[in-house]
Amino acid sequence: MVRINGEMNDASGKSIAQLLEALGYSPQRVAVELNMEIVPKAKYSETFVKDGDSVEIVRFVGGG
Amino acid sequence: MIPTYEEIYAALAERHGAELQKKLSTARTAVCGLGGLGSNIAVCLVRAGVGHVRIIDFDRVDISNINRQQYFLEQIGQYKTDALYEILKKINPYCEIVRTNERLNGENIPEILGSEDIICEAFDDPEAKAELVNCVLERLPEKYLIAASGMAGLLSANLIKTRKVAKRFYLSGDGESDVSEGTGLVSSRVMVCAAHQAHKAIQIINEEFQEERK
Repeated sequence: MVRINGEMNDASGKSIAQLLEALGYSPQRVAVELNMEIVPKAKYSETFVKDGDSVEIVRFVGGG
Repeated sequence: MIPTYEEIYAALAERHGAELQKKLSTARTAVCGLGGLGSNIAVCLVRAGVGHVRIIDFDRVDISNINRQQYFLEQIGQYKTDALYEILKKINPYCEIVRTNERLNGENIPEILGSEDIICEAFDDPEAKAELVNCVLERLPEKYLIAASGMAGLLSANLIKTRKVAKRFYLSGDGESDVSEGTGLVSSRVMVCAAHQAHKAIQIINEEFQEERK
């Protein structure tokens, strides 16, 4: 299991790009941390999550 | 008569304590985007006696900004950097205010923000927010970064929170309230979020910075 924004998710083996799509996030409006390290946007397709990983997806909405 | 540097510093130190004021006066901050968030963040920082504030925006003051941004009607049409510079200099003429009249992007962010300690993300466009945050986290990992997401509408102001996302990355807002849905941006709620960001910056300066810098 993978912890995503605090909740357990059966996402092991998926790429960050696949995770974002499955969860309905726009890749252009997020920042993603994997085990407290930023995942560069260019690496979303080639970065895979595994059991025990912790993913934090920060989503930006409009307004300021 | 405008008070001297020493008089203003003494008044700030009396309010904040000498130790905190020394830290504030040597802190280097940047505010990216000078709208409802950024103009209010910059005013908070300068009022608190932060010694250096870089203000960044490419846009001009518009009549639609007046409902929540610090500008005055007579400043409509001016670059926001110039208009806010005037306001900030009236609050504290001895604060070092640096104007950067540019649109930030992945290319110029490292150079423009490289000499600052604390970066406040205060854009309105969600993709611009994400680009700045990703670029700072990837290229400038030693910086403190305080971003915002979700402050539109009329929901409770108490839903606006600041949380620590990573070692030096904080996020203010309710995370949800999008300007494209519903009421738009209301001064009071946007200012709550701006105050959260400015307050986090001041907390970081107090807790993380050594008194003897430079």
